[in-house]
Amino acid sequence: MPDIGPPPASLYAAHRKIYPRAVQGRVRRAKWAVLGILLGLYYLVPWLRWDRGPGVPDQAVLVDMQHARLFFFWIELWPQEVYFLTGLLILAAIGLFAATSLFGRVWCGFACPQTVWTDLFMWVERRIEGDRNARMKRDAGPPSRDRTLRRLAKHAAWLGIAAVTGGAWVMYFQDAPTLVRDPLGASMETWFFFALFTATTYVLAGFAREQVCTYMCPWPRFQGAMLDQDSLVVTYRDWRGEPRGKPKDAGSGDCVDCSACVQVCPTGVDIREGQQLGCIGCGLCIDACDDVMRKLHRPQGLIGFETLANLAASTAAAAELEPGPARHAAGMAARRPLRLLRPRTLMYAGVLSVVAITMLGALMLRETLSLTVLPERAPPFVRLSDGGIRNAYLLKLADKSREGGRYTLVLEEAPGLRLLVQDVATDAAGRPLLPVQGDGVASFRALVTAPRAIERQPIRFRLLDVAGRPLAAAESIFLGPQP
Amino acid sequence: MAKQTETDAATGVATTGHEWDGIRELDNPMPSWWLYTFYATIAFALVWVMFYPALPFVRGLLGNTARGDLAAVMATEQAKAAPMLARLRAATPEAIAAEPELRTFALAGGRIAFANSCAGCHGAGGQGAPGGFPSLADDDWIYGGSLEEIRTTIRHGVRNGEAAEARGTAMPAFLQAGLTMPQIGDLAEHVLLLSDAGPANPAGAALFADNCAACHGERGEGNRQVGAPRLNDRIWLYGGDKASVTRSIAYSRAGVMPAWEGRLDAATINMLTVYVHALGGGEQ
Repeated sequence: MPDIGPPPASLYAAHRKIYPRAVQGRVRRAKWAVLGILLGLYYLVPWLRWDRGPGVPDQAVLVDMQHARLFFFWIELWPQEVYFLTGLLILAAIGLFAATSLFGRVWCGFACPQTVWTDLFMWVERRIEGDRNARMKRDAGPPSRDRTLRRLAKHAAWLGIAAVTGGAWVMYFQDAPTLVRDPLGASMETWFFFALFTATTYVLAGFAREQVCTYMCPWPRFQGAMLDQDSLVVTYRDWRGEPRGKPKDAGSGDCVDCSACVQVCPTGVDIREGQQLGCIGCGLCIDACDDVMRKLHRPQGLIGFETLANLAASTAAAAELEPGPARHAAGMAARRPLRLLRPRTLMYAGVLSVVAITMLGALMLRETLSLTVLPERAPPFVRLSDGGIRNAYLLKLADKSREGGRYTLVLEEAPGLRLLVQDVATDAAGRPLLPVQGDGVASFRALVTAPRAIERQPIRFRLLDVAGRPLAAAESIFLGPQP
Repeated sequence: MAKQTETDAATGVATTGHEWDGIRELDNPMPSWWLYTFYATIAFALVWVMFYPALPFVRGLLGNTARGDLAAVMATEQAKAAPMLARLRAATPEAIAAEPELRTFALAGGRIAFANSCAGCHGAGGQGAPGGFPSLADDDWIYGGSLEEIRTTIRHGVRNGEAAEARGTAMPAFLQAGLTMPQIGDLAEHVLLLSDAGPANPAGAALFADNCAACHGERGEGNRQVGAPRLNDRIWLYGGDKASVTRSIAYSRAGVMPAWEGRLDAATINMLTVYVHALGGGEQ
């Protein structure tokens, strides 16, 4: 019979439910700490207050869509300054690249919201339905009142957490105390986003879980480009563990094939198969394996945060040796210290500091008063009875401070040009005084007149404060008839 | 075309046969929930088609149309603007210009009304057009540039034959009124001299005193009462070269403008008045 190959596989894979087992250890404690800090920040930050004076929101962090303002403690941004947000996203992206090239998937394993909320949901699940074995047994068993009640309780708790999550989300866009005091007074949009984030939290952390990491998230697909031989990744030290066997078997390595590492894995992968897309680098298998090694009175660290360079060095050093303490010592001795300073990480650090300094500079040099000049180009210029030429300009004066004021407008380096602003008062010298309210934009129409036909030339509008000190300026062009 | 598929040694997964620079694509199966999500979007689309107009000539169950949405928004906006429009209707242009709130509204409304009704001849910014469409942004006014004069011109128009109060004087065509072409040439040179743009021409000066000064003034200063344009400035309605001026004298040229009273309501005419006055040439 000719070789016709294996039968065609299904185009669609059925979902394999994962029952991660609880685990204790150093990594788990670190994960709980990170989870506590991140969730604490997320739920509590909307409640921080920051006094900005009367008539202004006193919420420390607030994205005020209705009035188009972003408040962050002492910073208040207008929509046209959205580039600060862009800069922040660039910082976050490069920071992610740098952290990944240094320590592997620490973002995925410790700080990603998908991981944090899934961890929280799994904790709730264990409290109500028990650990891995109890859950598997109950799910496989016949329907029972107990199972139904536990499931109901679990989903109710999940929905409760999801609702608090969705509720906290909308509080970043609304005054938090007002929203809690009078939820029925909230707008339809608020309710919509509350429902949306409640639903996504419930579905993503309760059901989708590792499917998000393996199928939806683009990050695992290209983060391989940030990793190299010197990045710390969760690694099974196969040179020490293989060949697997029972603890008493002579000639077997340290791995006793207990599958503890697989049972605790939140994405259900087997770390002993090497680097893989499904591994989010959370390190829970390290805790599980260390626990087993401790009980067997063998050195910990059969699975650990290790670089691929060190893994290769250990493998080479241990290759000829029989399983046992000597092989372990030889392999561990071949390891080199962590190389944190590498061309790749230095480059990331460089880009990170350039962007950070640029943004900091932009933030500190940010002016609260800005002048924009739009020349009217229909018509480009007007010819007057006496042969003079007049141009019209639309001025927009934005005052981002809360005080407001009156500013004198002058033309710089434009001898012979007369400036008139419609509908405003003038000072003693006949110069126009532009009033603007604090936290507002005022528009004015300026007419600039040349006594005779002149050619096009650049002009500059300059604002002066009451003491005559120069403030914001704006460039424009004065047009005349072509010669 | 896909090459023959094979099994990837590292993962044990079949490949699709596609290869790019040695990188081969694994043929992992899709998760089935992905497929169900796709079905759910199809179901959602069917529901959408039922409720909203998604097919030609079929109204959705909700009766929603983009035209209806627009009408609803327009009705809301008009209801909001109604009290302001009532005030604009009752007030004089002077009162509107003096009050900041009314003036701001009038300038915004006037800009739209100007674009709808006036820009076709006078240009988008009131810059006018060659051939008898005067600029409204300069400081030269044939019938006066005060708010009241501007409103009168807008209401009744110019030489339109439909409104009794329309501005309506006309200049004779002097070629038919007895002057010869050489005389008209002399006259044109004198007219240009009034704005320092032509040579002195004593014959032209004498002809000007006899035929033109009555309306245009002895020094060509114009007369707004009869709509005789100023001739001693740099602004020319039909061109300022000798040929154009000669042609104007010989054949007479006069534009027309419709009467807007009856076509636009009083509030719109008031807004237009304030807007045109603010274009740059407004007089007290």
